[in-house]
Amino acid sequence: MASETLARDVAGSGARAAARSNQSAGSTARSLTFRIWRGDAAAGHFEDYHTQVSDGMVVLDAVHQIQSESANDLAVRWNCKAGKCGSCSAEINGMPRLMCMTRLNQLDHEKPITVEPMRAFPLMRDLVTDVSSNFRQKKNIRPFTPRPPDAPDGTWRMAQTDVDRVQEFRKCIECFLCQDVCHVLRDHHLHDEFVGPRLLVHAAQLEMHPLDVIDRTGDLKDKHNIGYCNITKCCTKVCPENITITDNAIIPLKERVADKHYDPLHMLLKLFHHKDPGSAES
Amino acid sequence: MASEVVQLTRRGWGETMRRDVWWLQPLTVFVILSAFLVYATWAAFQNAHYEYGPYLSPFYSPLLFANSPHALIQGSRPSWIPGFIPFTPALLILPLPAGFRLTCYYYRGAYYKAFWADPSSCAVGEPRNSYRGERRFPLILQNVHRYFLYFALVFIVILAHDAYVAMWFPDPATGAMHFGIGVGTLVLTLNVILLGGYTFGCHSLRHFVGGYLDRMSGAPVRKKCYDCVSCLNRGHMRWAWLSLFWVAFTDLYVRLCSMGILHDVRLF
Repeated sequence: MASETLARDVAGSGARAAARSNQSAGSTARSLTFRIWRGDAAAGHFEDYHTQVSDGMVVLDAVHQIQSESANDLAVRWNCKAGKCGSCSAEINGMPRLMCMTRLNQLDHEKPITVEPMRAFPLMRDLVTDVSSNFRQKKNIRPFTPRPPDAPDGTWRMAQTDVDRVQEFRKCIECFLCQDVCHVLRDHHLHDEFVGPRLLVHAAQLEMHPLDVIDRTGDLKDKHNIGYCNITKCCTKVCPENITITDNAIIPLKERVADKHYDPLHMLLKLFHHKDPGSAES
Repeated sequence: MASEVVQLTRRGWGETMRRDVWWLQPLTVFVILSAFLVYATWAAFQNAHYEYGPYLSPFYSPLLFANSPHALIQGSRPSWIPGFIPFTPALLILPLPAGFRLTCYYYRGAYYKAFWADPSSCAVGEPRNSYRGERRFPLILQNVHRYFLYFALVFIVILAHDAYVAMWFPDPATGAMHFGIGVGTLVLTLNVILLGGYTFGCHSLRHFVGGYLDRMSGAPVRKKCYDCVSCLNRGHMRWAWLSLFWVAFTDLYVRLCSMGILHDVRLF
């Protein structure tokens, strides 16, 4: 029942997109070919679909239109169509992108536009992948642990300037495009050993939080294996929220790990200073 | 219908669905870095034409164990260096700035792509199945970057001194030193500015001056330093390439002047 409702909604959305595009564009409507990956657990292949598109349409509009016109069983995950839910992640012309935020006029129309599922994750069907490993891994990152309250009423005091740095990381919509493009996960499938850029952003958000008192550098080095990251900056390049993942999250975490585990001078200084210069309390 | 989970097959080296010229950037990095390595190695072994009047090539600065007015330590090849080891003043000092660039976070990402195809570019297949990253030897040694930074900061002071020295020209008649600006002065000054922009935007420096703190509001000086380094850090790639190009050009300029191929113009 639920799947019938979903199919009806999807079909309706595709038809509305088509109608909207025809109304708004009029003479600019043209036919484009989309090469969409179709497959299930047994096998898969690219299949070509032709559909009328017009100015202003995004890839997700076209996929919905194809779904309503000629591929009713095409599986695609989507929700907000506004780049905020992170559901419609896919690979468009080979680059990980949100389908709802990729306008057709940004793409090369000379050849068929390819749409395929994220390659870093196990495939479920067509454009839908199983991203649950990210949520399992997230549970392994030690949660936010604040210091004792600053005031008798159980509240804390934070300076805006201290919060600003971690605010950037809170923009993450968990689309997992950064995980998809990370070659450690994508090409080497080290999902069980390496948490990946999304979860390093999560760790940075906790680790740099002005109230948090937990030291996660040991976990980052040994459990989450931050050393697997070789700073290709691909994660930063594909982030739809423009989070500077590599420079503001991963490298600062690598530096904190170096402080605690690789820098003999820092370790020597720690012997003479009981107050840890790397902690939140300094 | 319940779906089973299946992993898409791994792509081979260079395989991708990308349409853009993804290979252009790693190829450009490969060509430029290789050219720089070849030129810098050649220049370091020359042991000649590294100074001209008040100008000293940055490849030979600080000048150690040389008979020159620029030399920090006067003399010739020290006896404690075994005879089979090639010696020039440049070979003594160049490992430090070279190490700084080799372990730089920006360059690491760039040369892993260009020289090791790990990966060649984003969302492009890799040549190897195995991967160890920077967790094990030898790449775990990249964590030494902060130590090279400390030396690089000293080098900035030395090169700034060289730029200052390049503003003083001897009077041919009296031998007295007079303030002046030549094209070489501008070249050396721009060199230290670009190298300073690169060094002061270093990720390790950003961490060192305040990035390690979770609460910078209680340390306003550190916060200011952190903001300044962060500002330079945002353009770290640009500073890295500009300074790399210019340091080689500075050596070439001094070399060509010294060889008499170029004539240094005194602006005043």
